[in-house]
Formats: sequence, structure tokens, C-alpha cells
Amino acid sequence: MSEVQVSGVGTFPRELEDEAVYIMREVAAQFERPAILFSGGKDSIVLVRLAQKAFFPGKIPFPLLHIDTGHNFPETIQYRDWLVRETGAELLVRYVQDSIDAGKVREETGKYASRNVLQTVTLLDAIEEFKFDACLGGARRDEEKARAKERIFSVRDDFGQWDAKRQRPELFDMLNGRISVGENVRVFPISNWTELDVWNYIREEQIAIPSIYYAHQRAVIERDGMLWADSPHLNKSTDEIPFEATVRFRTVGDMTCTAAVLSEAVELEMIIGEIRSAKISERGARIDDKRSEAAMEKRKQQGYF
Amino acid sequence: MDILRIATAGSVDDGKSTLIGRLLYETNSITGDKIEALEAASKRKGLEFTDLSLLTDGLIAEREQGITIDVAHIYFSTPTRKYIIGDTPGHIEYTRNMVTGASNAQVSLILIDSRNGVVEQTFRHFFIAMLMRIPHVVVCVNKMDLVNYSQPRFDEIVAGFKAFAEKLAFAGQAIQFVPISSLYGENLTQKTEFLNWYHGPTLLETLESLEVNRSAAQQPGRFPVQYVVRPKTEEFHDFRGYAGKVTSGTFRPGDDVVVLPTGQISRIATIEKFGQALETVGPKESVVITLETDVDVSRGNMLVRPGEEPESRKELVARICWLDNQPLAAGRTYLLQHGVNDTKAKIVGIDEVVNVQTLDRTPDAPQLKLNEIGTIRLKMAKPIFADRYADNPANGAFILIDEYTHSTVGVGFVE
Repeated sequence: MSEVQVSGVGTFPRELEDEAVYIMREVAAQFERPAILFSGGKDSIVLVRLAQKAFFPGKIPFPLLHIDTGHNFPETIQYRDWLVRETGAELLVRYVQDSIDAGKVREETGKYASRNVLQTVTLLDAIEEFKFDACLGGARRDEEKARAKERIFSVRDDFGQWDAKRQRPELFDMLNGRISVGENVRVFPISNWTELDVWNYIREEQIAIPSIYYAHQRAVIERDGMLWADSPHLNKSTDEIPFEATVRFRTVGDMTCTAAVLSEAVELEMIIGEIRSAKISERGARIDDKRSEAAMEKRKQQGYF
Repeated sequence: MDILRIATAGSVDDGKSTLIGRLLYETNSITGDKIEALEAASKRKGLEFTDLSLLTDGLIAEREQGITIDVAHIYFSTPTRKYIIGDTPGHIEYTRNMVTGASNAQVSLILIDSRNGVVEQTFRHFFIAMLMRIPHVVVCVNKMDLVNYSQPRFDEIVAGFKAFAEKLAFAGQAIQFVPISSLYGENLTQKTEFLNWYHGPTLLETLESLEVNRSAAQQPGRFPVQYVVRPKTEEFHDFRGYAGKVTSGTFRPGDDVVVLPTGQISRIATIEKFGQALETVGPKESVVITLETDVDVSRGNMLVRPGEEPESRKELVARICWLDNQPLAAGRTYLLQHGVNDTKAKIVGIDEVVNVQTLDRTPDAPQLKLNEIGTIRLKMAKPIFADRYADNPANGAFILIDEYTHSTVGVGFVE
């Protein structure tokens, strides 16, 4: 059997879509003010499609919340605005810059400065401002070790904190979204999807994605064996000279914390081919996780997504 | 492509994490940077080999204590099947996690250390697989390298396991045995000369050949209504659809249905997925059903076929596994959630508590503590539409929720 046949249409396990749609409907039924946390990355794009499916022919009954770090790829913002027009979804945006200006967070310094950690404060403020009781996110358990233990309905306290030892057991498909005042829930409908499942789904559903997922020419610098997109937000040292390369992004976060990979993949089929033979895992291109072995768990405890 | 969900169980040192790490490694499911990270972490711990168990022991506390403390979900695929492993801890204080991990599983993978043979925990793991009616049990006799790959030792362990398992197993439950060494990757995906007396399939071959359980499709039709879709737009002005996931059985347009609890009769007009009309729909599929007539249907109601109605229960007897530090007390009220339906429920009495180690039964216990399994009687404020768990597992389980803490505190199986 050749690789092409193996990854052909029908490769995506449809049971995963049915499960995610079921979770979306539970959210709409059990909560008063849910929102989809929208980053412009492929996982949150898939969430939007699943929400369309779950409530069709009705509209998506919750808004998209985008926490804008100010360090986004411009292509991501263009895509976001197009998607909102296309789906008729409601979009809410809150800015990390506002949290900085209000003195709630302090900009990081040094060459690894990013706003990835800062956005947690902006997010928690937005949850409080809009009184969201459930936030849907595109996190997957295969991404990272701490996420492998995450529930589908993950209860957070007032400070958005996750307590691994206090998690509610989830049995069969019964989801318990009952919470006390001040608590809210993070919901992960595509918990059981792998990166390959997401790509196979995007292909089978013919979902449009931002152009930076495809191979393109870009000015990059090399640092710690990874390629970083050159941008005004990146603090470069004098010996880090930008050069042109053909790259794409496997994951789309901020320009300051997402590394590019050399790639010639200009269409989905080629991207899927690359992933199937990939030597580097998806989050391996996320600079924020490399800070320490337990980086993700620590950020989650502090209310990160 | 289908999905096979596996629950793994084993005692602390049975090498479960190593086994899973190996399976991932040998199915090419670990990428280069993860292997590098593992090598670095192994070195820091002063190990001379790459400890594949570090791949699944995710939480900081686990790494400190060197044990697994919660359900971890792990994924791998072969060209024909996606596998989801619910890796659950084996030690006694975490039975609740084991039950949680097993609740969606079609396969229970039980590990036995060949040096120790069948121990109390083996017994408990199998008891839970039986209680939850997991159709396939695969027993891995691990660390065969430490007993010189002895066939008599393997046969002895198999005989010891069968001695108690065959008495407990339900009709149709299949049990298979595979001798392995997960540390050396023997008989996981590849056979080795050391186990040349074993002529059966490797562990992966065993998993690949298991039939995905489709028995829910043969059961009576159960469609719990999750959400009512009413767009109220120009285009879909009068549209009224009932969104839900089929629990069991199959439905087709034209089928007569009864709405529970009202008993109103109607007929299915269409079954849709994102606007696409379907000819038939089966278990686990999320759809929107429209009915031919205007009937009053809301969340928590259930569509079934006339003549196949489940018993409408306001009182029931159930096996229960307690999941909370605060014991279950007779006389207390909890919230009972069955599928997407819920009601207040009062514990009328605890008929017995089963000691999972010895299977001894204590009648009329005053309470049920964390990790204990018992039989209780409940009285509900409104009826639920459950089947006996033994007849139709997909529609026979419920959870109990503490009204004050909102925690999920127990899981029940309708008798």
C-alpha cells in the first residue's frame, strides 16, 4: 500500500467529528455565555467549522474571542476578518497592548521577549468583562504531556488556574458543566484529535486556512537551530542577519514564539506528506515550551489556555 | 477509519508506561524532538538507557514520585486504525481513575509482571473490566526476559488468571494472553527468537485484529435530545430540529417515534448532518432530526420507537463506584445525570458493599467510600429512560453529582 493511498480521503475518523459536535452542543445547552477562543491557528479554525456544523441551519450561538497580542502575523488577521464575514459569526477582540498600557503586565525584555505569557492576563480580564462561563479552545491532548491529562470540560477557578489533582472524572460521554460562582470552564472539543487528524479533516472538508501554513518566501533569522520570522517585534542581536528562505509554519502563534520550518509544501497533500514523515513534533516549533521541561504545566496552572 | 479505545491497567512496577512508550516508538508515533527530549531527561536522571516511560508520565508530581497519578490519553495509528489509550494508574487509591479511563474503552489491557504472577491488583483490574462490560481483555504477561522466557511460567500465569476470570466474565467477553518484554520490545510489534515457543499474534497484531464493538447498533433505538435548533431566519423560518447523538440502535426517515416522557407519537421527517440528508443513522453519530408533526420536544427528552420503549424509572437499583473523598451516605440527595438528562435523586439505601480484593459482600452498609463498589437503591424526582447496563451499556450508565461542590462523585450502572 502506498503512502498516498494510506492518507487518502476516508482517513479522517468521522467519529471524532461526531464527538466534537456533541461537545459543542453540550456547551450551548449547559452554559449561559460561552465563547470560542479564536487564535487564527488551524485548530481554532476547525472549531469554527465544527460549531457551524453543530448548529446548522442555525448560526453559531457564541462569539469568537480573539486575544490580540499585537505580534500576530498580518496574514492571520486578514484571515480572521475574512472568516468572520464568511460565517457571520460575532467577533470580539481584546488587546494585550491595552493590558500593558494599563500597567497590568510588563513587556518582556531580551532576545526571547514574547507576549505569549502576557496574553493570559488579557484573556482572564476578557472572561471577567464578558462574564464568559465557558471558553472553547482548540487544544489537543497529543500536543504535549500535561495536555494528555486534560479533561474535555476543564474547570478553572477565579484566577483561571488549573489544578491537575482536582479534576473531575469524565465518564462515558457525560459532561458535567456545573460550576460555582466565579468559576468557569475551558472546553476542548478536539481533545482526541492528533495533528494529522486535524490536517486530514481540513483536507476532507476543504477548509480554507491562512496562507502562512503553506510554503512561501520569507525573511528569517536562525537562532538555536530554528528559523524565526524577521519582524519589528523580534529583538535581534547584531550577528543575527535576516536571509530569505522558503518556509512554512506548522503552528501559528505569535511571530515572536513560532518557528518556521523549511518546506516546499504549497498544497495540503504535501503538508500532510511532510507531517507523516516529520522528524520534529508540532510543539517542537514552539519556542515557549522549550523554556523548561514542565513549561506547559506551569503555564496552565497560571491560567494559560 | 475506525477508532479502537484501549484502557491500560497495571500495578506500579509492571512496566505499563514502558510498554506504551514502546508501542508509540515502534509504530513511528514519536517524533525526533520528543526522542531527543527523552534522551536528555533520561540522562539527567542518571539512566544509561532512554526511558520511554518518561513519554507518558506527564505531570510534575509524577516525575517527582516516579508514578502515574491520573488518566493520560495517548494516541497512535496504524494504516488501518486509530488507537486511543487511556492510561490509568494501577495503585489502589486511584481506582476511580481506572473506572474513568475504562468507561469509553473497548479493550482492557492488563499487565502482569511475570515474576509476581497474578496479584490482588490483577484481580481488581479484571473485576472492573467485567463490571464495565469491556468486551475484549488482553492480558500481557510482561518482563518475560526476567523469567528466562519460560513457557511453563507463562502457562502457569495464564492458568492462574483463567481460574478466577472465567467465573466472573460475562457471556461474550473475550480474553487473550500475550507474553512480552516491553523493555526489549519483544512480541509488541515483532516476534523474537526468545519466545519462539509462542505461536500466537504479537500484541499489535492482536489489537489490529480485534473487531470494533458494534453491538450498540443491534440495540433498540435511543435518541436523547441535546439541543433544539430553531434558526428563526427568513430562509429557515419554521425549521425546528432536534440535535443529538444516537445512543443505540439505528433510525431512518419515515420511522415512527415516541417522545419520552410525554408519550406523544410522531414520525421522522428528515435526518440531517450540516444540511446533508441521511438515509440512516447509527450509534455515536451526531445529527439533527426533524419530525413530521408539531410535538413538544425539549432537551433531556428521548426519541424511541413504539414498542421498544425503555422502562420509565423513578426508582432504580444500581451498581455504583464511588469517586469522591466525601463518602456516599444513605439518605442524601444528589443530582443524577443520565446522558443529557438530569434529575435530583435520593439514596434510599446501600444494599451491599463489595470488597474488590476478596469479592466479600457487606450487606446494609451505612456509607460507600472513595474507590468502593456497591449496590444502591435510588429514588428520582422525575423519571429517566435507562436500560439495564448489562443489556444496553450505552444507555445504562449514569453519574452522580454533588449539589454543593458540583463535582462528579459517583458512576452508576443500572441493574
